[in-house]
Amino acid sequence: MTGSKRKFAIVVFPGSNCDQDCHYVATELMGCDAEYVWHHDTDLKNSDVVILPGGFAYGDYLRAGALARFSPVMESVIRFAMDGGPVLGICNGFQVLLEAGLLPGAVRVNRGLRYVCRDVHMRVENASTVFTRLYEPGQIVKMPIGHMEGNYTAPPETLTELEFESGVVFRYCDEEGRVTDEANPNGATAGIAGISNREGNIVGLMPHPDRCAEALLGNDVGRRMFESAVASLAPA
Amino acid sequence: MRVEVRVYPKEGVLDPQGKAIASALGRLGHASVEDVRAGKIFFLDLRGDDPVAVEAEARRMAEELLANTVIEGYDVRFPADL
Repeated sequence: MTGSKRKFAIVVFPGSNCDQDCHYVATELMGCDAEYVWHHDTDLKNSDVVILPGGFAYGDYLRAGALARFSPVMESVIRFAMDGGPVLGICNGFQVLLEAGLLPGAVRVNRGLRYVCRDVHMRVENASTVFTRLYEPGQIVKMPIGHMEGNYTAPPETLTELEFESGVVFRYCDEEGRVTDEANPNGATAGIAGISNREGNIVGLMPHPDRCAEALLGNDVGRRMFESAVASLAPA
Repeated sequence: MRVEVRVYPKEGVLDPQGKAIASALGRLGHASVEDVRAGKIFFLDLRGDDPVAVEAEARRMAEELLANTVIEGYDVRFPADL
């Protein structure tokens, strides 16, 4: 049966530090195969799903994600994504997707100018993307964040497009699902925590589903993102 | 040839660092501060002595990498101009 196992590619940049967490979720928690793909490699090893993990790729020099985007591996990731392959960017991985232009907009430094590390609540605004289809629309999920630059913004016309085409996937909210300024940890425009492309196969978010994927840790809601991707794949 | 690229938050884009610096300056007693925006400056030494070509090249560098033009503006200057 190993021949039909689904395979995750975990991209590793110098400075990635959540690559092993993602590998663990894919293999130990989901029973899938997973391969690390070094930033100099261009071979995604026939993977079904590509994850850009969190960390500080290239030390976040210049801007978070700005240098990682020019890695050889990114050409393969862009081609994979353009062919409809599922690509998930988590935290620093989301920043790389933004810098690479696979998702629109940019992140600025948090409005509080501090690194923020804590649990946040989010409302699932689009439960039909490749990575969110196992959630209920409007479901409130709790995930941890840990970032300095998560203050999402985009030009007004891009924001309008995101809102009208269900590009907003997750929005920061309080425990009851109210999108308030107090519930917004970083100042992101309209409380945007995660977005997707129009086709829904490319998703990026600041919170860490990889850090809440196991009941032993008290929260496994993040695992649904990985499971959604597998559930979205055509039968092997 | 030395050329400078200045990268800064676009007008109208919230600049949390600039705001924090402005309020720190205010606390230090600089009551005249109305606004601060914080940016970066790159000193580039490029081969070539044709200012038109050097400026064009520096602009391409800014567009491709040095600035994130979603949120940042930039300009290119020659120190000799100053």
